[in-house]
Amino acid sequence: MRASNPQTAEPLVSVRDVQLHYRVGGVFSAMRGRSSVVKAVDGVSFEIRRGESVGLLGESGCGKTSMGRLLLKLEEATGGEIVFAGEPVTGLKGAALKRYRAKAQLIFQNPFDAVNSRFTIRAALSEPLENAGIPAAEREGRIVKALELVRLPQPQQFLDRYPHQLSGGQLQRVVMARALILEPDFVVADEPVSMLDVSVRAGVLNVFRDVRDRLGLTAIYISHDLALVRYVCERTIVMYLGKVMEDGPTEDIVREPLHPYTKALVAAVPVPQPDQSHAPLPIGRGAPDPRNPPSGCVFRDRCPYAFERCPREVPRLRRVGTRQVACHLFDDTTERP
Amino acid sequence: MTEPLLSVRNLKVSYAVGGGAIDAVDGASFDVPRGSILGLVGESGCGKTTVARAITRVIADNASITGGEIVFEGRDIAAIPERQMNALRWRDIAFIPQSAMNSLDPVYTVESQLHEVLRRRGGMDRRAAQARAQELFEMVGIETNRLRDYPHQFSGGMRQRVAIALALALNPKLVIADEPVTALDVIVQRQILDQLRALQTMLGISVILVTHDISVVAYICDRTVVMYAGRIAEEGPMEAVLTRPMHPYTMGLRNAFPDLNGAASGILTPIEGAPPNLASPPQGCRFAPRCPFALEVCTKGQPPLRELVPGHRVACHRADEAPVLRELAAKTETWLVPA
Repeated sequence: MRASNPQTAEPLVSVRDVQLHYRVGGVFSAMRGRSSVVKAVDGVSFEIRRGESVGLLGESGCGKTSMGRLLLKLEEATGGEIVFAGEPVTGLKGAALKRYRAKAQLIFQNPFDAVNSRFTIRAALSEPLENAGIPAAEREGRIVKALELVRLPQPQQFLDRYPHQLSGGQLQRVVMARALILEPDFVVADEPVSMLDVSVRAGVLNVFRDVRDRLGLTAIYISHDLALVRYVCERTIVMYLGKVMEDGPTEDIVREPLHPYTKALVAAVPVPQPDQSHAPLPIGRGAPDPRNPPSGCVFRDRCPYAFERCPREVPRLRRVGTRQVACHLFDDTTERP
Repeated sequence: MTEPLLSVRNLKVSYAVGGGAIDAVDGASFDVPRGSILGLVGESGCGKTTVARAITRVIADNASITGGEIVFEGRDIAAIPERQMNALRWRDIAFIPQSAMNSLDPVYTVESQLHEVLRRRGGMDRRAAQARAQELFEMVGIETNRLRDYPHQFSGGMRQRVAIALALALNPKLVIADEPVTALDVIVQRQILDQLRALQTMLGISVILVTHDISVVAYICDRTVVMYAGRIAEEGPMEAVLTRPMHPYTMGLRNAFPDLNGAASGILTPIEGAPPNLASPPQGCRFAPRCPFALEVCTKGQPPLRELVPGHRVACHRADEAPVLRELAAKTETWLVPA
C-alpha cells in the first residue's frame, strides 16, 4: 500500500454535479406517453487527488461505466462539470481534446475486443504513438519499454504475433501497455480482469498495482467486485442508480459499511471460505429500474431502514467521519425512527 | 441406499477439430451422492461444461463421448439410444443454462414455455399444467401474475428464477446448472444461490453446479470436483478440498482468489503460465509445467487419482507430501518464476 500525501495532493480530477441523462423509447412510446428519461449518472460529485486510486463500485446499471466514459470524454455530460488539472474537460475540442486523450487513458474490459485481431502487437501499439506524432524511429523502443513495464518477458518475441496467439493474461498486459505507452497521468480501468481466469487475474492485478505505483498514476478502477477494488484502491465510491451512496477509505467501507445499500453489498460478496454467514441479505428483492426510480432516495424501495422522510427527500452526501454518505439516517437533523 | 445417484466412470469426450481430435475430457470419474450439491469447478477450457453437457448428452455436433460410463440410478446412459435418453431429460435430469435469456424463447410468454414442458413432456392436461406453473412460480419466489410476461420483461435474476422453475417442472432427480449465477450481480447471485439451496433441500434432489468461482463452491456445495485441462485434479468434501487441498493447482487457486474476510495487506499470487493446449497436452501431469513442486516423475507419467484420505481423492505424484506442500504453497515466493 502506498501512502498518499495530503499536503501536496491537489485534486487532479473534480467532478461537479455531473449528469448523463438519456431519452429512451421511440415514437410509439411517446404517443402512449411512455417516453422517459434514464438518468445513467445523476448529480455525481467527487474529487480525485493526484496519485490516488479510486474504485467505482456498483452493480450493473449503477452508472459506473458511464461515469468512466464521461471522465474520458467518450460521452458528453448533459449537466455539470468535469475539471482535469484545473481545466474543464466538458468543453474540450480539437487539439486540446487530443492532448487530453493522451493524458487520460482507458484500459478496456475485454482484451479480445480491445485489440484489432488483424493487427500485430507491434501495429496495435504503434497506432497511439503515430496518432501522437511520435517519429517512426522512436516507436519500437517505446513499444518494447511499455511491454517491459507490464512485465511481459522478452517483449521482442511478441511484436510480430497476433492477438489470438497470446493468452488472455498476456493480451490484457498488451492492452495495459497500450494505455500506458503515451505516459498518461490518469487511467480509467473498466473491469480490466473480469474476462480472465482466477489463476491469471492475480498477475494482471499485481502488474496494475506495480505500474501505478512506479509511474505515480492517478487511477479509477471500475468494478462490481469489492474484493478486487479493495486489492487496488485505497478509496471506494459506491454507486446505485446513477448516484453516489457512499465514498470513503476502502478498508472502512469493507469493515463497517454505513449506507444500507453498501451494507447489503458487502454482505453479498462471496468469500472462498467454507464457514461463512448464510444470513439473508439486509435488502429487499427486486432489481433497480433505471427508467422508473423511486422518489426521494433511489434505494428506499429495497432499504430495510426506510422511513417517512426517504420517499419525500433526496438525501445529500454528508460527511460522516472519514466518509461521505447519502442517507437520511446519517443526517443529524433526522429523528431516528 | 448409499449408492450414488450418478456415477461418472472414466468419461472421455472428444471434439473433432480440423483433421484431428481434442480430448476435452480425458478420463473423468466422480460420484454425485443423492440429495447433495456437487460443485464442478475449474477455469476456462478445463472441460467442466463438457462433462456437464455430456451427462445430458446435449453436446456440440463435433463432440462425441469416446469412452467411459455415465451410470444414472444404476443404468449406463452414455450409450443408450437417443430416444431413451430424451425420455430422461426434464423428467429425471434437467439443465439450467448460464444465460437464461438464451434458453427462453423471446416470442412466447414464460407460461406457454412452462406449459410446453408440462404438457408435452409431462403429459399433463391444461388445467394441471396451469396449477403446476403457478406452484413453480411460488416455489422460486415470483408473483404468479407474471406468468403471462415475456422473457424480456424480467430482470436477469428473475429470468434465472424462471429457468430454475422450468428445470424443476417435472420433478427431476438431478439438476445440472452451468454457471447459473455468473452473469448476475453479487446481491442477486446470493439470492439465487439461497433459493437453489432451499429448493434442493426441500425437494431432496441432487445438483451439479458448474462454476469457475471457488467462492460459489464454498457458499453452497457439499462436495467439489476440481478440474484442470480435461482431467480431475482433486475431488472430495467441499470443506476438505478448500481448507486442506491436496493438489498444488487447488492450493494455487486459493492464493489467487481475493478474500474480503482476509487481511487488507494480503497479496494475491498468480499461477504463472497458462493451461496447456489440449491438442498436444504434456505427457505427464498436465499441471506440471506450471507447478512449483514438479519433479522429473511429474513430466513422465500421468498421476492416477488416488484416495489418500477417505472420500478425498487427488491426482498428484506428490500427494503423500500434501501437508508440507500446503505450507510451502501458502508462500508467495514459492510461485515466483525465476526471471
